[in-house]
Amino acid sequence: MDAAEPIPEQPSSWTVRTRRAIDRHLPMDHLLPVRQPYYVGSWVYVFGVITIAALVWVVVSGVVLAFMGPQWWHDSRVGRFFNSLHFWSVQLFFIFMVLHLWGQYFMAGWRHGRAATWAIGVVIFGISILTAFTGYLSQQNFDSQFIAVNAKDAMNGAGVGAFFNVLNFGQMYGLHIMLLPIGVTFLVVVHIVMVRARGVVKPIDPEGGARS
Amino acid sequence: MKAMGETQEEYYRGVRMVPYDLVKELALALAGVGILALAVSAILSSPDVPPVTVAAWAQNDPVDFATTATGELAGSTTSAGYGNPYNTNGSGQAWGPIAPQQWFGTRIPIDSASTFVIQPLQRAAVGNADLGTALNTWQSASSDQQGKWTDAYTKSLPNATVKDGKVTVPDGDYGPLPVMMSNLLGIAQTGGLDGLLMVNGRFYQTDYTPALLFMGDGSYLSGLAEQSNLLGDQWGMMNETGRYPGQTWLWLYTMWYQVPPFTSDTGFLGINASNADLGIIILMTLLTAALALVPLIPILRDIPRWVPIHRLIWRGYYSPKARP
Repeated sequence: MDAAEPIPEQPSSWTVRTRRAIDRHLPMDHLLPVRQPYYVGSWVYVFGVITIAALVWVVVSGVVLAFMGPQWWHDSRVGRFFNSLHFWSVQLFFIFMVLHLWGQYFMAGWRHGRAATWAIGVVIFGISILTAFTGYLSQQNFDSQFIAVNAKDAMNGAGVGAFFNVLNFGQMYGLHIMLLPIGVTFLVVVHIVMVRARGVVKPIDPEGGARS
Repeated sequence: MKAMGETQEEYYRGVRMVPYDLVKELALALAGVGILALAVSAILSSPDVPPVTVAAWAQNDPVDFATTATGELAGSTTSAGYGNPYNTNGSGQAWGPIAPQQWFGTRIPIDSASTFVIQPLQRAAVGNADLGTALNTWQSASSDQQGKWTDAYTKSLPNATVKDGKVTVPDGDYGPLPVMMSNLLGIAQTGGLDGLLMVNGRFYQTDYTPALLFMGDGSYLSGLAEQSNLLGDQWGMMNETGRYPGQTWLWLYTMWYQVPPFTSDTGFLGINASNADLGIIILMTLLTAALALVPLIPILRDIPRWVPIHRLIWRGYYSPKARP
């Protein structure tokens, strides 16, 4: 039996175009680099990867809590420990995200075509705050109760409360464990891909130009 | 410098490159953060103060409970006169023509008197003739008469005595209110009202709106919150119980609640304490948008060039010896 003739790539194929675009803009050498510019030496550069590491711990501990359910994290020692792990992972996530944000600000990290990367980072920060807020509302303890009672006025005053009812545990819990984490994780992936595709920005030129 | 459309190789042309192990860096970060989070969790645990129940409120502060329930009947509580999204009894917050609280209507209907008092009592009146009669008397009375009863009863409550959890007010013309309130208090103290406030006609319940609004109308819950510095004027939105950090990332949002014009009765440009929530949400939305658009905003995007922090971050680059 004759071997089948190889089918030539069709340049008009969407798949071929997508593959070539990925090869051009995000080859494996950029996605998982083995070299970087010599000026990448400060601890400031580590804040981003530590933020990602903290997010991993947030997600892992959150998945365990979601799997076991609310009673578990109140009534069992192991559950309380995982609740604490989730709590402190979130604290570390925010600490390093803010350090990363300030670091990138003073490095003017948006220069040379990286404005969208910066803007998406700010959006991640905003959605993370919303995710943490719904988490505080989902704890099912006194903090949750009073934060809900207190926060409803801000939500209602802004008109948001008609759709985003902080007194409704079911709605807050669903948003906290499903939609908002998916949003944060997706945007973090996009953010990382954008960083890897362009590489780290050059130092600010002493002659000027912190602009894009 | 042209950058759009430039490949990474073109961008780094002429720049000395050094070895880098991204996967190792990520693995070390995962391990480091994991060890730190596990250690802090084991040593410091996390806050988990049990929630307040309506039963605990009725047991620990029965006069406040009765005062709040009477206020729901009188229409004088926060919830009763709130406005949207719960009812149309209040105008809600607005800043000139910007009134989003009114725009979306009553999407979470709450009739305070009915939801918090009358409906639970009707469910509890089965087999309780005295309560059934009292409810009939209340509902067949004119609103003017109801107002006289609630007014008189409210004025008598500060002089009430509490014995064995029961609230007794000085003699007066309160109509059926003493029977209604003693029954509601009794139901609440046994824990029955916690359940009755959750009745929604279906089996499963996850919405605590009625119970939380009712408790929020009283002073017991806010009194406990004040002890933990959780009130809005105590930076409460970013605090939490115990010596834990809370939502520190809300510091800027919370700060506005502590300063004029958001704390002022007279305010500035129409923003004051009465519409502070709306004003602060608008302000924070603008500030967040500005942060996202920093690369496009003169001065804000130039500050990093003026402030020499970048010279510390890239001190090797700016050192004449290290340049390629």
